[in-house]
Amino acid sequence: MRRIALTLLLILSFESVAAGTASLSISCGALGVELSLCQQGVDAWSSKTGIDVNIVATPNSATERFALYQQILASRSADIDIFQIDVVWPGTLAPHLVDLSQYIPEDITAQHFSTLITNNTVDGALVAMPWFTVAGVLYYRKDLLHKYGESPPQTWQQLTDTAARIQEAERLAGNLRMYGFVFQAKGYEGLTCDALEWVDSFGGGTLVSSDGEVTINNPKAVQALEMASRWIGNIAPQGVLNYDEEQSRGVFQSGNAVFMRNWPYAWALGNAEDSPVRGKIGVIALPRGGEHGHHSGVLGGWQLAVSKYSKHPRQAADLVRYLTSYPEQKRRALIGSYNPTISVLYQDAEVLAAAPFFGTLYASFQNAVARPSRITGDKYARVSAEFYYAVHGVLGGKTTAAKALAQLQRKLERLSRGGQW
Amino acid sequence: MEVTKHRHGTRKGAAHTSTRLSRQKVRWAWLFMAPMLLVLAFVAGWPLFKTIAYGFTDASLIAPETARFIGFDNFAFLLQDPYWWTAVWNTVVFAFASVALETVLGLIIALTLNAKFPGRGGLRAAILIPWAIPTVVSAQMWNWMYNDVFGVINHILQFVGLIEQPIAWTASPDTALLSIILVDVWKTTPFMALLLLAGLQMLPTECYESARIDGVHPLKVFFRVTLPLLKPTLMVAIIFRLLDALRVFDLVYVMSGNNHDTMSMSVYARQQLIDFGGLGFGSAASSLIFAIIALFTVVYLTVARVGREH
Repeated sequence: MRRIALTLLLILSFESVAAGTASLSISCGALGVELSLCQQGVDAWSSKTGIDVNIVATPNSATERFALYQQILASRSADIDIFQIDVVWPGTLAPHLVDLSQYIPEDITAQHFSTLITNNTVDGALVAMPWFTVAGVLYYRKDLLHKYGESPPQTWQQLTDTAARIQEAERLAGNLRMYGFVFQAKGYEGLTCDALEWVDSFGGGTLVSSDGEVTINNPKAVQALEMASRWIGNIAPQGVLNYDEEQSRGVFQSGNAVFMRNWPYAWALGNAEDSPVRGKIGVIALPRGGEHGHHSGVLGGWQLAVSKYSKHPRQAADLVRYLTSYPEQKRRALIGSYNPTISVLYQDAEVLAAAPFFGTLYASFQNAVARPSRITGDKYARVSAEFYYAVHGVLGGKTTAAKALAQLQRKLERLSRGGQW
Repeated sequence: MEVTKHRHGTRKGAAHTSTRLSRQKVRWAWLFMAPMLLVLAFVAGWPLFKTIAYGFTDASLIAPETARFIGFDNFAFLLQDPYWWTAVWNTVVFAFASVALETVLGLIIALTLNAKFPGRGGLRAAILIPWAIPTVVSAQMWNWMYNDVFGVINHILQFVGLIEQPIAWTASPDTALLSIILVDVWKTTPFMALLLLAGLQMLPTECYESARIDGVHPLKVFFRVTLPLLKPTLMVAIIFRLLDALRVFDLVYVMSGNNHDTMSMSVYARQQLIDFGGLGFGSAASSLIFAIIALFTVVYLTVARVGREH
């Protein structure tokens, strides 16, 4: 009996000790060097403040991570203080996140890309701080373009012509598996990104306008999708309809494609020791949609947010502030080529030496177009799915662009309850 | 009087003790079963009940506590959703095609492995490899092999001269479901073969001896002796696989995601529940999957019983 009482006492005293000193938990991604970079950053902050921080491993797949976060937050659990969240999640997760503007002064947030700050501000509350960003970019084979005397394309039409010409010439030369252009057209979030880039570059809007109006059924969007549907089976393999990022990288990196749309991560892998196209690739902004169109790239990337159920929101916000700060983002850019979200880092000589395309693609990252996740809130996943199903149907030749977009417009209007969302 | 009374008394006493004994037995039986029943109730009963209950609400994944009871609305919407019916159709086609192919191939392999030949043990172990690889891994592996540009399958077919142009196996609506069925057949035939091999080894040898003495043709032996004797094993193996195939998820999800051409019922339910955060609606879909699989089981068992009574 006495032993039990003693044990109980011990447990209780430990509990009070644990409650006395603050300790935080942060969930970081674990892809490639992500985890070790996070660990180093967190350790540096820990030794400065004396607060213990646990790093929680989360699933690599973004959709699985999203489901896990939703369950943790829905149960109001205090287990994780800081969440690493995707650029399309603030709209859904906002009710569970702390407004960081009360801890992080405005002159610091103003250093970050305004597109990201706007994206992370929901109903006037800054629910997450940008950590690193990505945008859709165009990869091309420098050697092949040089061989045929072509220059990197500025419009989609130029891309189509160049791709067709090189594909035909290479096949005649015995390179039978050569294709002009690969991208992501599997029915998933990746197709939403790709198709939004085509539509936006033609000036066809971003699916839903910032005030909630469904805008997808317009002649420019139809034109963009008609162009893309003509690629399938011509300059793009039919299999592209089931390609995700890695499948398209597989084709491009094995030397079987002239152009590829992908995220910046493909740069380091394409230039790795064992890559057949090492040193032969260039990267530029995605083409404009015609003479009156503009360059477009969909905004991606990750933010840090603090849970409303955290027991130590002040300390957690301080860690977020540290991890998203100038020196920390610079360190991550130098070691892991993670794109900073602070504009001035794109002029830093050391950063530019480590990742030269940061300089040439600065405009793409700064003006990246956000998916309509903020305005559509927790309905975003449904909006995105309806969009990629519609586009997939057009690309697969099951329906025409005009018909698909008219139908999509009706579906989204019903879903939005007249623009209210 | 005295005697009868006594006799009566003993009979009554005996009856009394026997009921007490059986009652005691029953009590102990319940006691021993209790932990198992309790665990079952917790890990199977409670989640099932919760899922069905959520199916009647508009709960969302991000805020389940604000759920409202909405009656049969979810089910009504589900039954009108053409995507749901596509998913049901895909699942049924997948289940019947893959189980049929697996049964035929599994039987052939089991008969082969039942014969005596050198290296049989090694071969028996080797055929289990596809079954031992985790589905997610083999699905991804096949996805690469099916690729229309660098995939090995197109390469071989072109090399042999069966096809002129590479086929986009997993992308084309005509071949997408077929390619998934083929991967399932590759993966699960060993399991079928193993179950049937176990059944074959239990068959009485007398029938075969007398058949051999009578000089019956081997094909006739198979159809008249082996197949009828193996029927109970076959029935169990088929129902096992059928139930498994009807709730297929990982293979379809890894190979073609949320594509409507191949979407199975479980992929549909996951998309609604996880991607769209519709806890209520996704639970309704899950309940319906449960009902459909239960229906299949009841029909199958009834048919099997009628067949046996014949």
